[in-house]
Amino acid sequence: MKYSSFLIKYAEIAIKGKNRYLFEDALIRQIKYALKRTEGDFAVTKAQGRIYIECLSDYDYDEVIANLSYVFGITGICPVVHVEDNGFEELCNDVIKYISDVYPERNKTFKVHARRARKNYPLDSQEINVELGSRILDAYPKMRVDVHDPEILLNIEIRERIYIYSVTEKGPGGMPVGTNGKGMLLLSGGIDSPVAGYMISKRGVKLDAVYFHAPPYTSERAKQKVIDLAKTVSKYSGPIYLHVINFTDIQLYIYENCPHDELTIIMRRFMMRLAEDIAKKTECLGLITGESIGQVASQTMQSLAATNEVCTIPVYRPLIGMDKQEIITISEKIGTYETSILPFEDCCTIFVAKHPVTKPNINIIKRSESKLSEKIDELYKKALETDETIIVHS
Amino acid sequence: MEIYLDNSATTRCYDEVAELMTTVMTQAYGNPSSLHSKGLEAEKYIKEATDAIAGTLKVKDKEILYTSGGTESDNLAIIGSCMANRRSGNHIITTKIEHPAVLEPIEFLKEQGFEVDYLSVDRNGLIDIEELNRVLRKDTILVSVMHTNNEIGSIEPIDQIGSLLKAADHKILFHVDAVQGFGKAHIYPKRSGIDLLSVSGHKIHGPKGTGFLYIDEKVKIKPIIFGGGQQKGLRSGTENVPSIAGLGMAVRLIYKDLDKKLENMYDLKEYFINELRKTEGVAQINGIGDDPRLSAPHIISVSFEDIRAEVLLHALEEREIYVSSGSACSSNKPSVSKTLTSIGLDRKYLDSTIRFSLSFDTTREDICHTVDTLREILPFLRRFVRK
Repeated sequence: MKYSSFLIKYAEIAIKGKNRYLFEDALIRQIKYALKRTEGDFAVTKAQGRIYIECLSDYDYDEVIANLSYVFGITGICPVVHVEDNGFEELCNDVIKYISDVYPERNKTFKVHARRARKNYPLDSQEINVELGSRILDAYPKMRVDVHDPEILLNIEIRERIYIYSVTEKGPGGMPVGTNGKGMLLLSGGIDSPVAGYMISKRGVKLDAVYFHAPPYTSERAKQKVIDLAKTVSKYSGPIYLHVINFTDIQLYIYENCPHDELTIIMRRFMMRLAEDIAKKTECLGLITGESIGQVASQTMQSLAATNEVCTIPVYRPLIGMDKQEIITISEKIGTYETSILPFEDCCTIFVAKHPVTKPNINIIKRSESKLSEKIDELYKKALETDETIIVHS
Repeated sequence: MEIYLDNSATTRCYDEVAELMTTVMTQAYGNPSSLHSKGLEAEKYIKEATDAIAGTLKVKDKEILYTSGGTESDNLAIIGSCMANRRSGNHIITTKIEHPAVLEPIEFLKEQGFEVDYLSVDRNGLIDIEELNRVLRKDTILVSVMHTNNEIGSIEPIDQIGSLLKAADHKILFHVDAVQGFGKAHIYPKRSGIDLLSVSGHKIHGPKGTGFLYIDEKVKIKPIIFGGGQQKGLRSGTENVPSIAGLGMAVRLIYKDLDKKLENMYDLKEYFINELRKTEGVAQINGIGDDPRLSAPHIISVSFEDIRAEVLLHALEEREIYVSSGSACSSNKPSVSKTLTSIGLDRKYLDSTIRFSLSFDTTREDICHTVDTLREILPFLRRFVRK
């Protein structure tokens, strides 16, 4: 079946009022971004409160659908057949052919839903419904009408040309990226943080990311893995500015001055502080992490409280109530899992205590941090200066 | 200054090799099977390479078969010979410290019903010829032992194995994986009783993706790749002419003045070992026994105290010194080296062992600089251990 265009469906509820155009413009921008990596020429247009993708050249149907499935805000993609208006008889023949092409088994229940946008068409909507319905029944005796719950809802739109569509491919839902500000994702090489980025991005939030690199304790391959993960997430979120911060000196300084079982918590507090500073500089409105309560020692309620305490902007933790398996399921779906499980992460367990604190007391942690007073400000400043910003896009 | 001490992983392609390959790719690009002069021209390059290789091994030209490298040579030697000689027996003998390119095809044959014995090695990585004698059976058809171990550089008693197998009252094929040994020793299959010998191009400054298998003309072997019947039907597929030409050139160059080059390399190795022994934080040098000149000249396996190999590797990398770690360091998937466990290395060193591997281009200055760098970074890195 050769479709001439795709009708994009999006959630109506989010677009009431005067924000509607912002929403639609963002959606169009994201659709264009997704189509850029799709073979073929397309025009994306907004008309009569709908978004259409006109296919100007040959294209691969599956590739178009696959790439559009990365665009948040789309709830459905309807492939549309256009026919010229050569009178009602001709339309009936076109529709009968359409049904045999799309539903070769010809035994479904259906309902015709006509809309007459061009009012000078000789039949009105109701007449078209009735007449077309009976022609279809005549042509395919195994088809049956069901006006309440049809298997096929056959849409006929009378415009300059006539649009026929009945298939809806599912979109990812959510809101178009760029309609809800920007967040700073703390990206590690693990399974969780890319999923967290994906989930926040789904709510229309643009992403920047920060990765803490600790050579020689983490390798160049670990860094490449994070870039690869960001690349996969950017298929959904659009381009990501990935800030790579060298964390080694801070990490070693903490190691030499603080109790070993508190290393992870103190380290994470400094990562949050650095992330927040970068977030503020880059106009991010919050931090995003892949934390989930109780998953590891540093993610107990007490640990999260201790980590959170250093932040002044909101920290979004979309995975907070999820089990590991649920997170894995999403990471498999979005395509980050295979990369996440490559073995370059956490190469060095040197900085992980064998028995880390699970219920850190904030006051005790603060007292430990006070032992860093001599050099930490300088190291902190230096770490910020190591920022290597990589623009990652798919 | 870049110091590349990972020559057992791969080597830098010699300029002469790369130049020759460019010429073949852009000018003598014919298919050797073509009947016209372009084909003949390409065939000549293969012939030249074969002359160089066969001459070095003192074997016949027709006993050289080109492959995609060490792994394919090992696979063909093992699977091809066992499949062809199945009626003579069902038993294979190899060692515990072979490369996966040998162990995995043998594993495959095990699934096909072959029985396998694995020889153990002593702390220097050497097999016991008596043990081999004990496990030999009437139905043994293949013995596969590596020439030089890739991790610790031990050189197996190939001549002794060859004589023992020759003395057996039935024909036992002897395969030698010489990927690390070729170019670092004189190897003469006919004198050593070797029937099959695997060699890789990129370990001797040749191109990657090429190698050869020496097959004694009397050996029965079946192909594992089927197609247009090139190379007497034993290895179908258009010959990789540029790489074969490059491989031939690399063989010529590596065997030029070999004895002198080996002498220098052994001096360098001894110097390196002596300096390492005087370095704080070096625990032991593995697999060299009493005389460093009895193992390979280019491989030095060093275990360190209180340091994870991968951290040291990356710290050296920051200073442009490139080495290899004995086993992959990974908290969730510890992949322990078979060789290091087989020589009985103390558990605490399994994840603290680095392999330095030299080439004939490595200089004393490179080694001095490496030792200096180690002495500079080891005390710092050793301050940070897991508590």
